[in-house]
This record gives sequence, structure tokens and C-alpha cells, in this order.
Amino acid sequence: MPDKPKIAMYWAASCGGCEISLANLHANILAVDAAFQLVFCPCLVDGKKRDVEALKDGELLITFFNGAIRTDENQEMAHLLRKKSKILIAYGSCAYEGCIPGLSNFHSKQDHFKAIYLDNPSIENPQKIVPQTETKVPEGTLTIPAFHDRVRTLAQTVDVDYFLPGCPPESFKVWEVIDSVIQGKALPPKGTIIGAGKCTVCDECEKKKEDKKIKRLYRTHEIVPDREKCLLEQGILCMGPATRDGCKAQCPNNADMPCTGCYGPPSGVRDQGAKMIAALGTALDLGDVSTLSEEQVAARVEEVIKAIPDYAGMLYKYSLPGSILGGKR
Amino acid sequence: MFEPKIVCFYCKWCTYSGADLAGTSRMKYLPNGVVIKTMCSSRIDPQHVLDAFAKGADGVLIGGCHYGDCHYVTGNHQTYRRVEMLKKMLPSFGIDPARFRLEWISAAEAGKLVHVINEFTEQIRALGSGIPIAR
Repeated sequence: MPDKPKIAMYWAASCGGCEISLANLHANILAVDAAFQLVFCPCLVDGKKRDVEALKDGELLITFFNGAIRTDENQEMAHLLRKKSKILIAYGSCAYEGCIPGLSNFHSKQDHFKAIYLDNPSIENPQKIVPQTETKVPEGTLTIPAFHDRVRTLAQTVDVDYFLPGCPPESFKVWEVIDSVIQGKALPPKGTIIGAGKCTVCDECEKKKEDKKIKRLYRTHEIVPDREKCLLEQGILCMGPATRDGCKAQCPNNADMPCTGCYGPPSGVRDQGAKMIAALGTALDLGDVSTLSEEQVAARVEEVIKAIPDYAGMLYKYSLPGSILGGKR
Repeated sequence: MFEPKIVCFYCKWCTYSGADLAGTSRMKYLPNGVVIKTMCSSRIDPQHVLDAFAKGADGVLIGGCHYGDCHYVTGNHQTYRRVEMLKKMLPSFGIDPARFRLEWISAAEAGKLVHVINEFTEQIRALGSGIPIAR
């Protein structure tokens, strides 16, 4: 027993879905337990921060770190686990590129506190109290971790060895990664994106694809799609062309729902939202415009593209902090 | 006085040749634009525009061919759609869409190029220094 390599899993600003994706290994979780000792994972097993602090540096073989860096506590745990781990894996979209918590980078910390603690219609706060890092009470001073101005990815905070994308990562891909470690296969070069492909979701999508000629854009609730055809060709904003594969395109293939982009940009792309705009620019079809004036073309383009009310929120749903601009400047 | 930095992407066939003509004709215009030549305005990936802003450009100008003149037939139409979508998105990032401009300038329109650069530079000068670098 004492010889089993130690692993850990930690959640920073995240939802718990990543832990579920690990638990979803089903029977293979027994193989994980046979090969490793899970010493720290606040969601699944009992273990305290002091237990991690007591470990020697590098004593953890692998840490699966999920969640974005939102507070001082997230940051402190990232530094601690980096120090104690041989291999630090940014597990899931939040740690890899910021994901849903990262959407808050479209607003400032002050905006958030105002919306949550002052203007929220379901809250009563006549004294206008917002969280303070230190509060004096008769018994002494209470402290809570500071809330950062911006959400950061794990790699923007500490050195990261590998990235495992997905919201959450698909369990069969997680198993591929863990199994290759159990079998002692050679590790890929540092910085590799593991548990995913190199191409796009379209590559794995089984829907029938023809030339993309989008006449108008629909939001998902506005149309019942043809099950056989490419969703993007039907005008549903599917992020497939700008999203990394590896998930077996489960949303379009199994549920007729458009890809929303959770595996992040494909290889060679830095900014998923910008790349999707590039793809849409090509795929929109306005018909014959050769006889139209510039103003008439402009009106026709506006007619089509106004169907999407929030481009930034839609195209950067998972990738804002890791994108080129990173959020509101 | 604040001197804005403007990144200018010019299509090789029209706007860049127009800039050449302005040069050989010894037309004077403001020196705030830094020109990058591309094969077509549609070669400009939206990533290039965002990257320019992220690295401190105060404005971005794209110059392409008039409708019907595109060397690749429909490239400029694609550029127009991308630019319009980007303009809808930029305010979410705290960037005034007025800092981002698309103009059709032919190889013969050196005068228009001079006018656009001068006008755009003054417009950005009035908006003030660009986009704060991320915290």
C-alpha cells in the first residue's frame, strides 16, 4: 500500500462537474484506486489542506486541478499544489481557459459586488454591506480570501504541465489519459493538450455536411432542426468549426444541440471567438448582391447578423480569460 | 500631443497599391499608420485585429477593394461581414467600435487613402489613448 503513487484533485472556482467526470469512470475508478492513492480531493474524499502541506515537494505524482482562479484561496491552493506535484494538469475548461466563471471578466469586481450585494432584487441590505477581507468582531478579526479583479486561468497563475479540456472532460478521454499513466507510457511534451484531438468537432460530427450557405441565423429555441443535416448549415450557431474535437461531437450527434465550444480552440488557434467570426463571415450567404448598392448590402448583412444578441458572450462562453483580449479592458 | 498608433491592414491589389500611388505622388499625410500588406482583406483573421488591440494599437484600419473589384471575387464581402460582427462584439471588451474602421480604397484612390488616414488619426486622437493593458 505505501508504495502507490499519490494523486490529488482540487476544485478552485468550479461547479463540481469535473469531479463527476472522474467518478464517471465507473468500474475503472477501481483501477484508479488500485494504481494510485487519492490523498486529497475535497469533493470526494476526506483530506485537509494541512495534509497537503505535510507532503514533501513533488510527492504528488499528479494533481488534477479544476476550476479557475477567482480568489486568493484559489491562488494559494494553486501555488501549494504546484509545489507538491510532479505533474500538474489543468483539468477541465475552467482551469484550462476560464470557462463560465471567466465570463465575469466582461465586468469589473465593483460591478459584481454592486449587482450581487446591493442591487439584487431578492436581497435586503440597507447598510450596504459588501464582503471585506477583514472584519473586526468582539472576539477578534475574521478574514475571508480576497476576490480578485479578474478571473485567471491556472496557467496564468502557476506553471502547468498539461491541459485536459472539456466542460467537463469526457470520462472516456480521462480514462485514456489515466490508463496511459498506469501502463507507464512515455509522457507527451510539456504543455500538450491531452485527452482531446487536434482537429475540430466537425471532424467527429456525423451530420451530413454540404457547402455552408447560411441564409439566416437562429438561436436554438427558434427552430426544430433537421436531424440529418449540419446544424450550422441550418443557421444554428454551432461552434463546431472553432472547437477542438475529442468529445465525439456528442451534443450535435446525440442530442441535435449545437456545439457551444467547451473543448476550447482547435490546434493552431489562439482565440476561439475570433475564429468563429472568421468562419461565420465565410459561411453566411446573402444571395446575389452584385446589383445592390453598398447601403443595400450593409442592410442585408445587418438583417442576418442581428439575430445573435450577444456575440461576445456566445463565442467566448468557455474561453474568455484565456483569449487574446482576456475580458473587458 | 497624443500620437495614436494605428495598425493598417491593406489588401495587396487595391489599398496597398493606392498607398503606393500616394507615395509616388508625394502626397503628404499623417504618419500614424503602420501598414501590413495582405493578399486580400479577407486574409485578415479577426484574431489579427484583436491581437493588435491587445498589444496596444489605438486603432485598426482595414483597407480592401470596392465591391465587384475583389481579385478573389468575394473576399471583400466576407471581410465586411466579419468586421460587422467584430464591431458588435468589441464593446463587450471595452473597446469603442469607432477605433476599428473598414474602407474600400482602390489602387487609383490615393486621395481617398490620404483623407481616410488623416480623418481616422484625428478621430482616434480625440478618443484618446487606446485600450488599457489587462490587469
